[in-house]
Order: sequence, then C-alpha cells, then structure tokens
Amino acid sequence: MHQLLQQIFSGLAAGAVYASLALALVMIYRATDLVNFAQGEMAMFSTYIAWMLVNVGMPFWAAFSLTLVASFVGGMIIERIVIRPVENAPVLAAVVVTIGLLLIFNALAGWLFTYTLQEFPSPFPDRTLFGALMTTRDLGVIGVTLAMLVALFVFFRFTATGLAMRAAAQNPESARLCGIPVGRMLAIGWGLAAAIGAVAGIMVAPVLFLDPNMMGGVLLYAFTGALLGGITSPIGAVVGGLIVGVTENLVGAYLIASQLKLTVALALIVLVLVFRPNGLFGVAIVRRV
Amino acid sequence: MAPILELRAVKAFYSQSEVVHGIDVAVEEGGMTVLLGANGAGKTTTLRAICGMVRSEGEIRFAGQRLERRSTEAIAALGIAHVPEGRGTFTGLTVEENLRLGAYARAGRPDAGIGRMFGYFPILGERRRQQAGSLSGGEQQMLAIARALMMSPRLLVLDEPSFGLAPRIVEDIFNIVERIRREQRVSVLLVEQNATLALDLADHAYLIETGYVVMSGPAKTLADDPQIRRSYLGY
Amino acid sequence: MTMAKSVAIASAEQPAAATRNGAFVAGAWRSTGALVLIAAAVALPFTISNYHVFELTQVMIYAIAVLGLNILTGYNGQISLGHGGFYAAGAYTAAILMHRYGVPYWATLPPAAVICFALGVLFGLPALRFEGPYLALVTLAMAVATPQLLKYFDTWTGGQQGINLIKVQAPAFLGIGRDRWLYLVVLTVLLVAMRVAANMLHGRTGRALVAIRDHPIAAAAMGIDVARYKTLAFGTSSLFTGVAGALSAIVIGFVAPESFTLFLSLSFLVGSAIGGIATIFGAIVGGLFIEFVPNIANDISDAAPWAIYGLTMLLFMYVMPRGVVGSLAGLMRRVQSRRATAGQGLEEQKRRLS
Repeated sequence: MHQLLQQIFSGLAAGAVYASLALALVMIYRATDLVNFAQGEMAMFSTYIAWMLVNVGMPFWAAFSLTLVASFVGGMIIERIVIRPVENAPVLAAVVVTIGLLLIFNALAGWLFTYTLQEFPSPFPDRTLFGALMTTRDLGVIGVTLAMLVALFVFFRFTATGLAMRAAAQNPESARLCGIPVGRMLAIGWGLAAAIGAVAGIMVAPVLFLDPNMMGGVLLYAFTGALLGGITSPIGAVVGGLIVGVTENLVGAYLIASQLKLTVALALIVLVLVFRPNGLFGVAIVRRV
Repeated sequence: MAPILELRAVKAFYSQSEVVHGIDVAVEEGGMTVLLGANGAGKTTTLRAICGMVRSEGEIRFAGQRLERRSTEAIAALGIAHVPEGRGTFTGLTVEENLRLGAYARAGRPDAGIGRMFGYFPILGERRRQQAGSLSGGEQQMLAIARALMMSPRLLVLDEPSFGLAPRIVEDIFNIVERIRREQRVSVLLVEQNATLALDLADHAYLIETGYVVMSGPAKTLADDPQIRRSYLGY
Repeated sequence: MTMAKSVAIASAEQPAAATRNGAFVAGAWRSTGALVLIAAAVALPFTISNYHVFELTQVMIYAIAVLGLNILTGYNGQISLGHGGFYAAGAYTAAILMHRYGVPYWATLPPAAVICFALGVLFGLPALRFEGPYLALVTLAMAVATPQLLKYFDTWTGGQQGINLIKVQAPAFLGIGRDRWLYLVVLTVLLVAMRVAANMLHGRTGRALVAIRDHPIAAAAMGIDVARYKTLAFGTSSLFTGVAGALSAIVIGFVAPESFTLFLSLSFLVGSAIGGIATIFGAIVGGLFIEFVPNIANDISDAAPWAIYGLTMLLFMYVMPRGVVGSLAGLMRRVQSRRATAGQGLEEQKRRLS
C-alpha cells in the first residue's frame, strides 16, 4: 500500500510536467486547430537557456523568471514569423511546419550545446517527507505547476486580454468585429504556450538530465494526456496529464519494465479513448450540415 | 447632412467571383438606411466589404476616412459596429462576457455601458451569467446588438436581424433599435429581407438585385412603388 | 466576309473543336508522354552508377509507401502518423518468409500485400471511432510501439539484431547487375501501383473517398457506406505501404527495429505533404524528398544537417502549401478555367458577327 501511494505520488509529479505541456498544446489547438509538434523541443531549448543562465552564476529563480520572459517573447516571434505564412494554408502544411520546427530546434540544440547529458539543478532540497511517501522535489514540482495553473486561470477568467484571447480562439471573425486584433492574440497565445513549456522543461530537467532529446518522450505523454482529457479542454489537459503520469508510473512499477512501458501505457489510454472518442472532458464537435 | 458612410463604385468579391458590380450607397448621419433584396443579391457581401472582410474595389468612406485596405479590427475601432448574419455571438462565453468584449476597443470601464444595455434589454440582465449559446434566437439577437452598442459606435451595421425570429420578437427588436438610434444618435445601415418592417422604419432605401442597385430613394417612395409592392411587399 | 471576320470565326471554332477532339488529343498526348517517361525510366539505370541506381530504387520504394499514405490521408482524410508500422509489417513479412521458409523474393510480395491489407482493415475498424488529432494519436501510438514490439518478439523478428537476408541475384540470362535488376522490379511494382491507384481514385471509389473526406454527413446521407469505404481505405493504404516495406527488405537485404522508428512515419507524412497529399505523382516527389534532401542537408552543413532538413520543409510549405504536384495541379486548373472563359468570350463574338 505504501509503495502504491509512493508510486502514485511520484506519478503525479511526472504528471504535473505532462499536464503543463499538455496545457500548452491545448491552448494552441484551441486557437488554431493545430497540434504544435515542436512544443517539446521549444521547451527543451528554453531549458537550455535557463541552464546557461544558472551556469554563469544567476540565482535559480531569477534564471527561471528570465527564461520564462525570453520563452514568451520567443513564442510570439515564432508565431509571427514561422507560423503566420501557413495560417491560411491547409492544416497539413502547418503540421509539416511544426515538424520542421521540431527538427530545427533539436539540431540547433545539439549543435550549440552538444548531445552530452547535462546536470540541471533543482531548486528544491532533496528530502523525503511523511515517511518516504513523497520527496520535497516532487512536491515542489507539483506546487510550481499548481501556481502556474492558478495564474493562468486568473488571467483568462478575469482580465480583458484573457477574455479577448478566449474570444479570438472561439470565433475569430466575431472577435475582429469587436476590434480585437486576432493576430496579436494568437501571438500572445503562442508566447504563453512557450512559457508554459519552459516551466515544464525546467521542472523535469533535474530528473531526466538535460540533453536535446530530453523532451521527446515528454511530448508524447503530453500529447496523450491532452487527448485523453479532450483536446479542446484545458482542464482536461491537466487531468489527462496527471492520469498519464500516474499510469506510466504504475505500469512501470507493477506490469512491465522499461522497454514496453511506453507501449503498454499508450495502449491503455487508447483503450479509454475507444470508449470516449472525444476524451474525458472533450466536447464532440457538433457540425452544422 | 453629410453622409457618414459613402460607397462609390464599390465592387466586392466572394472568393474568386465578383458579386457586387460597382454600387453607390450612402448612409445619412443619424439616419437609417436599408438595403433590400432577395437572397444572393449581394447585400451581405456589401456589408462585409465595408468591414474589410472580403476583397473589394472602389471607394468606401466613413466619417471622412477611407476604409479600403484597413483590417476588420481597425475598421471596428474607427466606430463601425457590425452585427453579422447569424448573430456571431460567442456561444461559449456568458452574456456578460459577450458584452465586455464589445467594450474591448473602448477605453474605460465597461460596467456603466453594460448597465445601460441591461436597461434596453432587460432580459439580458436576467441572464447575465448564462452561456450565450443557451439563449433563444431572439435573445441572442438582442445580445449581438447589445454587444455592438457596447462599442459606442457611430454606425451600426445590422445584417438580417429578423432572420429566423418570430414576428413579435422582430417587432420588439426593431422598436429597440429605433429607440437606440434616436437616443444614442447612432446611424444605422440595415440589410433586411423583411421589407415591410424595414421600409416602415428606414429613412432611405436601396434595392439590390444580382449585385446592382436597381432602385434607390426615400423609404416612403420605395414603399409606395407598385413593382416593389408586388415583388417584395406581397400586395 | 472580310479576312478579319473569317479569322475570328475560325478561331471561334476552336473551342468547339477543342471540346470534341481536345479530349482525344489530350489523351493521346498523355499516353505518348507516359510511354516516353517509362522508356526513359527503364533506360536510366544503365546510364548511372550502381549506387545511384540503389538510391533511385529507394526513391521508388518510398514513393509506393507515400502513395499508400496519400490514399488514406489525402483522398480519404484519415490522418496517419503510423505508416511506418505497416511498412515494417511488410518488411518483416518478406524477411521472415525468405529467411525462415526460403520463399523466393518475388513470391513474398503477395503474402505481404494480403497480410498488410488485413492489418490495415483490422486497424481501420476501431479507427472509425476517431477523428482528427485523436486518430493522429492512435496511429502515433502504433508508430512508437512498432520498434518496441519488434524487439520484444525476438524469436520471430531476430530482436535487436534484426534479420540478415541472402542477397537477391538477378536472373543470369539477363546479364545485368543485381542493383539494376532490383531497380526494374521495383519500377514495375511502382507502375502497377500507380495504375491501380489511378483506377481506384479516379472512379467511383475515389469519389466516395473524397466525399467522405469533405462532407462525411452528406456522403452518408447520399447512401455511401462510410464505414466500409473508410476501412477499405485503411486496408488499401496499408497494402501499398506494406508492399513497399517488403520491397525494401528485398532490396536492402536486412531488417532491424531501428529502421522503423517514429521518424520513418513522420518522414512519410512529410514526403506526402511535400509532394501533394491528394495526388498520385506527388508520391514520387515525396520519395525524392525523403531520399535526397537529408543527404543534401548533410552536404550543406554537417554540424546541424537536420536543421537544414527542417528548414527545407518549412520553405516548401511556404511556397507550395499544397505540395509540389498539388500546387501545379491548382495552377493548371486556374489556367484552364481562364482559357474556358476566354473561349466563352469568342463564342459571344462569333454570335455577334454572324
């Protein structure tokens, strides 16, 4: 029983990281009907920026904040320059662009920072709590993720820009008629998604060790979590991410060792989707004929 | 009085085809102008051209400024509030959120404006926290108009506000629009298939057929015209 | 009648003649052109080195695989991020048949086709429940699972080490090398595949598939059996890609799990998009892209070749978002419609003159 709770808790910590990245994916999907396959690599790149800042002596939380700002700006720039040209093109073209972006970021990171695994510092002390039930690190990760989610909720629910962004995502034409600059809202969305991804990367780097391929598996789990929750639902993304994290841990601990863990975890989730093809919180898209 | 909106030799395109072939339209300041015509005549396309939503050629002037080449959001910020065909409400947001969005381009707090809208449309006040998508057709139309008015526009553009609504509701809505026009001094450009009601309220009317203006003049004159009475008024 | 008038009338006659004879003439041009291209393709391997022949053979194999994806994702709108899985199924079917049961290489193609068709249908049935990104995830799961499953069932698949196959030899009486022989074999399969695809896609089946892609509700309302066609599309698509996989096992002479990773599935999708997802000839362009651009990228920058590869993908999508063949087809359609309306203008003139 104790071991089960342990696994669940560390699964929640991993799940918090997946949930963050899943949220970023859902945000972009709601605004543009596009899955950003490069979200993971962008997050990885942001983590390298944080790593560099820490290495030149900046205190952790300062580096964290600066990286978030830089990622936000970077995300906005990418939307304006890289994604804008295929905004009105068939969705597949945009998908290919994000795949290309994935390759570019990965190769760039490999070239600039090499493929050697790097250690990444954790701001949380390495202790166990409640009789080895959980570690302070895991608690820290969950805490940071929670804080971020609250901040996002407040932003979207109670600020004018947040409302404008929700409107622009739901109905861009009507939003324009209200004088809302939809293009700018899109850019802000990408900026936020990039910042969220940076948080995910920084939280997971101490565990996975930093290298250009660090976020590949994370993206896969995040994508799975987003869909499990329902690709149009932010709450779903968070819940889905957490479920995936716990499932992955439990499967790895009780069913099968490393090799097939990924396959089995995915299979379980696909099974859930068979019964709920729009995810747990997703809304079936009702189309007018 | 100078027209607040003037279209000169305006052509408009729906995808690749030209559907409006060089029309002249003017809306007097403070007045109500209606565009009449059957389905597919090009009325909606004309409205969309004014708001920069479709490709167009020709001159479009609003309060002395040229509108061609401007983005839809810029045109909205200039003071044109467009209630599109099908209402365009944000169905996933609440009534109050919809109204707040109308005030996005206006400085200052929107609360006073929202209170004013609830004055014109009390039913919206009752449903302020409800999801807009759960409102009835008539209520959504009111919400759409209220949202447009939150922009404190100088010109209100309404595309078929009576569409799909019961006659009682249509009358209510038109009465409110007329009241707003007088009290808020808003000019109104209206597209309607319900010619009787529209000609009753409007000052000026244009009849559009397959992309051309075939008749124009004071609304009363058109209402008395035998051809119009036969084709559009039913008697 | 003046000279000008008669010329005007004569040129006005052309549109009418064009519609009568034009179709026939265009068809004749197309057949001749096709024959010339085929002859050139057959002659080509004898003019270049063995290595280049091998590369072109690989291009054609990818083209067949991408063609399968085009049928499913392009014409039928069901996205697949997992076609590498079907490719692997075909490859390992061929490899196991050759290695364990001594089946001659050419005889492995029909079983590979049948098995992959069945696999596609098996996959297509549950896939009916999924749309858009959900289907993408399910196929992605398959792509990720493929190398892991291949390593796991190592008694059959040879596990991590894979299976080494005896190199195929060309028939002695032809006197050509094995590379050239395999090139011709693959070319034949490619031509057959394109013909079969064309017949299917330009007929009733193709129209049904496209109708399902664009307006599934309307298609169902018209009486199209959506489930049947969607499943069939999956099966056929998997068949094509599976046969490509079998050919690759034969040509390369080796199969191993690392060859069938997620990257392969994504490459197919990218090749599909670059060529033109709802086209047949686009598959060839896609094959060329998958085979050659990574090498070219390496030449340009050996520090970060994949960055160049990614950049190339971006540039292609900016300039030709519907793919090379897709954009060309769109261009031709616009030119033709302009010519048609010009023809109408001439008809008007003719009527006024007479």
